[in-house]
Amino acid sequence: MTAPATDTAWVERTEAVATGIRRRVLKHVLDKGEGYMSQACSSAEWLAMLYTRVLRLAPVEAPLVTGEFPGVPGKDNPEYHTGAAVHGPPGPDYDRLVFSPAHYALSLYSVLIEVGRLDPATLDDYNRDGSTVEMIGAEHSPGFEVTSGSLAQALSQAAGIALGRKLKGEQGKVWVALSDGELEEGQTWEAVATAGFLGLDNLRVVIDANGQQCDGLIDTVSSLEPMRERFLAFGASCDEVDGHDLLALDEAMGRPSDKPHVVIARTDPVRGVPLLAERAPKIHTLRLGNDEVERARYQAAYEAMLP
Amino acid sequence: MTTETVVRPHVQNFIDWAADKPEVVVLSADLTNSAEVGNWRDTYPDRFFSVGMAEQNMLSLAGGLAREGYQPWVHTFAVFIYRRPYDQLAMSIAYPNLPVRLIGFLPGITTPGGVTHQAIEDIAILRATPNMTVLETADATEVESVLDVAHGVSGPVYVRMLRGVMPRLFPREEPMQLDRVRVLSEGGDVTLFSAGILTEDAMRAVAALRSHDIHVRHVHVSTHKPFEDPEIVRSMESAGAGVVSAENHVITGGLGSAVAEKIADHGLGKRLIRIGLRDTYVHGASRAYLARKYELDAAAIVRAVEELTGTSTGIDTDELEHVPLQPQGEVERSDSL
Repeated sequence: MTAPATDTAWVERTEAVATGIRRRVLKHVLDKGEGYMSQACSSAEWLAMLYTRVLRLAPVEAPLVTGEFPGVPGKDNPEYHTGAAVHGPPGPDYDRLVFSPAHYALSLYSVLIEVGRLDPATLDDYNRDGSTVEMIGAEHSPGFEVTSGSLAQALSQAAGIALGRKLKGEQGKVWVALSDGELEEGQTWEAVATAGFLGLDNLRVVIDANGQQCDGLIDTVSSLEPMRERFLAFGASCDEVDGHDLLALDEAMGRPSDKPHVVIARTDPVRGVPLLAERAPKIHTLRLGNDEVERARYQAAYEAMLP
Repeated sequence: MTTETVVRPHVQNFIDWAADKPEVVVLSADLTNSAEVGNWRDTYPDRFFSVGMAEQNMLSLAGGLAREGYQPWVHTFAVFIYRRPYDQLAMSIAYPNLPVRLIGFLPGITTPGGVTHQAIEDIAILRATPNMTVLETADATEVESVLDVAHGVSGPVYVRMLRGVMPRLFPREEPMQLDRVRVLSEGGDVTLFSAGILTEDAMRAVAALRSHDIHVRHVHVSTHKPFEDPEIVRSMESAGAGVVSAENHVITGGLGSAVAEKIADHGLGKRLIRIGLRDTYVHGASRAYLARKYELDAAAIVRAVEELTGTSTGIDTDELEHVPLQPQGEVERSDSL
């Protein structure tokens, strides 16, 4: 059976955005010598899905050009704004995205550039002193709405936002991007239980289940399985899919639910850059040293991604 | 006229106060009646949210609600606000400067619940937390009027709250005001700063000392941060023999430290005796027993003043207990002279 062409016309565009994410992050690693590469490899498809297919966001007039760091929030700093500006003006029917794994910032900035919400020159400011384009994003960094780098707080904050929006009768959803390692934090499960108890059916979660954390393979650090059953037991609905399969992601992310809905995207941390597997299990960050042969191989991988 | 005793003033007052404030919602972590909001829940069930015994989640969730324009009033024991979920308090509430009101009960020795329930270093920790406003209540008038003070602050507020039976030390018509101390008595021998439940003890001590011709300038503090009322430094400058601080808290980081910082910042060179817990936890016992054991009482204040003034009054516990206490309106401040 062949699906009607109109149903999958989006796939080509979403695939191109996913490839663009990996390409921009790899280019950044080649230019700067280091970066969070494996996170781009694992997250590219679901990130591309969010921004091309799932999130209902207001259009922006032009790609955002980031300014200098405005200073931390406080009573003496009324000018502070969050990085949610790239998502356009909020409205009752628009969705929101709360992004938890702040160390994925390079991938988030890259997808925002790919979909025309962020100026392509933004990555020049990445990790530059005085810029908002921080290495571990905070709420002034483009694409970020809350400060989430202390992992597992974002889901609870998003539950609060979802509760507030429900109280106001808003129809827009609150999407949360999580990483799998932070499921080790007890607060994650407090949040899921509370979201289920409060009936937050406007809360939707996608998890980059790449099996990696800072110390290496999750299976060597702690135990998170059976992941889907845990979410079901705590009061959410849950789909578990191949996180690089756009059609499977589309079905899972779009599934109606009367509960908080969780999509476990099982992902491959070297997808698209198989060279990276040679460094396993130490792939949390990729640092290119003085090995010219290796650098040339990564350069070739980059050139193969060029359109 | 003696001081009135008031039973659970927060219960009905908070209900009445919130009636015309639909943005005010309450979050509770399984201590609803213990934090005196059981009737509030029954009155406003649509504005009350139980999040279970899960304070980390509660504080982050409060931050999310505040971002949507609500004013969450978290009600629980103080220790479960600043100890267990401190990272959530700092990152989900304080850093983004959100209008969350953290109402913390059972300060210091007011509970026989023991070390797990006694908040003894809360002021130190929250005073050190950027963007936080830190308030403490000492009587029924402050428990009632702290609501308006907290409501008027644009960022996060911590309230060290009293529950149950308490005195009314200050007239109803003199509500708590943000960053404004109360000068309760005049005197040039010693200046005494007190806060929370120690203020009642301080009033007894000051009255007894006056009958022995020792005159203490008594300044009551209900705003720990900001701590910028000019009256604070003026009252220090006029302290003849020195300064005493008295708090239901460790002497590190709380009122005593704040007073010491002011003395040093302004180069006043005054001696300071800090009354409070001296680098120790407390255990479960009655307030009267703990106050005596840890020297958080009127007798300790008298001894401190005697030491600074080089006197020996002979004031004993019996005399202090029988000092007639009256509702204490503010005497003239230096700036109103």
